[in-house]
Amino acid sequence: MIKKILKNDAFQSLFASLICIVLGIAIGYIVLLFINPEGAGEAILEVLKNFMHYSKTNLQIKNFGNTLVKTAPLLMCSLSILFAYKVGLFNIGAAGQYCVGICVSLYCALALGMGWVPCMIFAAIAGALYGAIVGLLKSYCNVNEVISGIMLNWIALYSTNMILMNVKDSTSPYTYHLNIDSQNAILPTLGLHNLFEGNERVTIAIPLSILFAILVSVVLDKTKFGYELKATGFNKNAAKYCGMAEKRNIIVSLMISGAIAALGACFLYLTDYEQWSCTSAAVPATGFNGIAAAFLGGLNPIGAIFSSYFIQHITVGGSYVDKTMYCAQISDLISAIIIYLCGFVFFIKYAMNQLIDKSEEKKALKAKAIAEANTQEGGDK
Amino acid sequence: MENQYAIEMLHITKKFPGIIANDDITIQLKKGEIHALLGENGAGKSTLMSVLFGLYQAEEGVIKKDGKEVHIKNPNDANALGIGMVHQHFKLVECFTVLDNIIMGVEPNKFGFLQKKEAREKVLELSEKYGLHIDPDAYIEDITVGMQQRTEILKMLYRENEILIFDEPTAVLTPQEIDELMHIMKNLAAEGKSILFISHKLNEIKAVADRCSVLRKGKYIGTVDTKDATIEELSAMMVGHNVNLHVKKEECTPGEVVLDIENMTVASKMHKNNAVKNVSLKVHRGEVVCIAGIDGNGQTEFVYGLSGLEPLVSGKITLCGEDITKAPIRKRLLSGMSHIPEDRHKHGLVLDYPLDYNCVLQNYFKPEFTNKFGFLRKKNIREYAEKLIEQYDVRSGQGPITIARSMSGGNQQKAIVAREIDKNPELLIAVQPTRGLDVGAIEYIHKQIVAQRDAGKAVLLVSLELEEVMDVSDRILVMYEGEIVGELNPKTATEDELGLYMAGAKRDEVKA
Ligand SMILES: Nc1ncnc2c1ncn2[C@@H]1O[C@H](COP(=O)(O)OP(=O)(O)OP(=O)(O)O)[C@@H](O)[C@H]1O
Ligand SMILES: [Mg+2]
Repeated sequence: MIKKILKNDAFQSLFASLICIVLGIAIGYIVLLFINPEGAGEAILEVLKNFMHYSKTNLQIKNFGNTLVKTAPLLMCSLSILFAYKVGLFNIGAAGQYCVGICVSLYCALALGMGWVPCMIFAAIAGALYGAIVGLLKSYCNVNEVISGIMLNWIALYSTNMILMNVKDSTSPYTYHLNIDSQNAILPTLGLHNLFEGNERVTIAIPLSILFAILVSVVLDKTKFGYELKATGFNKNAAKYCGMAEKRNIIVSLMISGAIAALGACFLYLTDYEQWSCTSAAVPATGFNGIAAAFLGGLNPIGAIFSSYFIQHITVGGSYVDKTMYCAQISDLISAIIIYLCGFVFFIKYAMNQLIDKSEEKKALKAKAIAEANTQEGGDK
Repeated sequence: MENQYAIEMLHITKKFPGIIANDDITIQLKKGEIHALLGENGAGKSTLMSVLFGLYQAEEGVIKKDGKEVHIKNPNDANALGIGMVHQHFKLVECFTVLDNIIMGVEPNKFGFLQKKEAREKVLELSEKYGLHIDPDAYIEDITVGMQQRTEILKMLYRENEILIFDEPTAVLTPQEIDELMHIMKNLAAEGKSILFISHKLNEIKAVADRCSVLRKGKYIGTVDTKDATIEELSAMMVGHNVNLHVKKEECTPGEVVLDIENMTVASKMHKNNAVKNVSLKVHRGEVVCIAGIDGNGQTEFVYGLSGLEPLVSGKITLCGEDITKAPIRKRLLSGMSHIPEDRHKHGLVLDYPLDYNCVLQNYFKPEFTNKFGFLRKKNIREYAEKLIEQYDVRSGQGPITIARSMSGGNQQKAIVAREIDKNPELLIAVQPTRGLDVGAIEYIHKQIVAQRDAGKAVLLVSLELEEVMDVSDRILVMYEGEIVGELNPKTATEDELGLYMAGAKRDEVKA
């Protein structure tokens, strides 16, 4: 019975993810110990506590809302990566597609004064087209999607910096706030903010992102389209043999992946939680963290909901670490260590299976030895 | 008394979900003997060998080498004990060269630098010695299945293993190559190596093996001296009843033309010349046309061109009066083409999909299996798979939900054949349809092919197997170096004559 549970795939994924998390926290703790042993315990607690840092319930709830606001884009990025991964593609370009989403949504909102719906639509289209470039290069020129993705990430970053220059004050690197110029570009809250002590950043983005996770799960598992995509991912040659348009599938899946990432950007930037800094020197980490979230979630869209939340939780939690004891970057370092360890889910799963096999073997050997001993005894009598 | 056994596997039991693949099996391999392992598809032969090679751990039983108990936990342990294996489905790295694949893991080096030249000489020497004819610099993905097989054999010879496991080595070789391999195996045995040899071909077993152990549905049936047993006895022992080794069929009555190929030319991936040159042929309703030839004479590329996997350089293909020269693959399939591919793992199956998903690989979009909103009708897919499994006796651990990868090679093949024939095509292209099947299954598939013919379908059979060619077809076209060099009537032609054409020693001008 227990063995059955241990060998169950879903259980293993979950268990492996938990081990990764614990390991990550442990290593993070050790690093803190090295830097400054005094505050280590407290610091790691802060990371885990995140919004519980505050003692007042209303502040806790409000800040919980903030973590959720930032989870939505991360979840979208992890869905984007996961989706492409099912087709056998490693869409590291999600970070760039996310960046394109920021650029287009903010430009549409601030320069063109559009409402949030057209902003999202245009961002999604742009993200899809950006993803299509990777897909076209992959299927027609056989360019590896990782290479072209990374290149395009940089192009996206600098284009975004350049284009969004037009929607900011000359004195500040940040783009305008949405609430001054274009109220109607802000995502509606539908009363959700009331649940979070009036945190206006809590918008429909959060339920929408969860809806997307369910949608992706349904598309992959239940539809003809998902059947084709996964077949292409598992065996390109067989997909071709049975008449699936495998080139088209590669392009389409990267387009969808790009659109999801770009929508993720809308989910954050159209809440006015953040503004884009036109002096950014790197694409937002959300796109890359999406990789960790996807793997930590066992490459399952529903799992990604929880893993995205966790990763966001510790990322935000990191910012509460006492800055007098540790340098300002410590929060990033700790969350990075934990996120990094999250990438080891599959390794841990493998190691677990090995362990199970070994213990079974030992048991068998023991049983045999006992049986042999018994027969010998019998012989002696 | 000195131990006469090189390897003993005693009371081995290995279970998989839903099935006991090996149930208390005992086999003993004498030193210097060739020991054949015979059994139906899914009987557990590969599993038993994988236990010996350390790929699986048996739940019960002991393995002894030279009388001493050994624990083989992984292939490295096996290698250290001098056990080598050629797998039923090769384990080669596609994007590496033949040479790289052979020396992988045991690369000769000096101060950490690769000594490829040395390795190359040794490989060439071995290749020469055993007549394996390989090109060490060719990439695996570019060479035929036959050549990949030879690479695997060389890999084992290169490692100087003493106990050699051949899991269906001859399924993909040509008759000439099989003769050579038999010769090699005898030489190796004479040199003192001990060989375990799995084959479904009883005459091969008769020809080389000293003894033969038979498995049936995971159970050990018995071991016989091959010289005392007849082919009929062996097959009865294996299947449990008598098998008719020859196909009975009525006179063929060809109808109108179904497939018309004019001057087809297909480029080669391996060399600059075209692999298929100016081939013209017609296949009529109600006849089985066979393309015979030695592996690597353009049959693979011919089928690729015909099925649309590769574009044509020139030529025209007409299927049921419709020009499909440039048609995409889906269109060809929908116009009534069925294709049992040569390489079941590369093209035939999505190994990580369950069996039921694999059964609808070309039909999943039809209304029975997908509703109008684009959702799969999983229940229908499952039921359809159950029907095929039942009808074609596809054996697996968990029925429709078995992951294709875990099925035995022969049952994977049966699943493909079932899927392709059940589509009820106008034209059935069958490339090596019975590769790796047991005699009972072969009998069944041959009957199915003939039944297709009798139902007025056109069948194009591509086979390397002389017996199959002579038995099943109504008309034989011999392909040599990408050209059709002769047309023979299986009723009047002899195997020797066919062999001459296949070797390029004889040729006629053939008019389509
Ligand atoms: N890894 C696995 N997981 C689950 N079931 C397996 C696995 N490997 C083999 N089996 C099952 O064990 C049985 C025996 O398989 P095996 O491959 O040993 O057959 P075989 O005798 O080699 O047949 P063939 O002649 O078709 O190659 C089959 O029913 C197969 O489905
Ligand atoms: Mg086998």
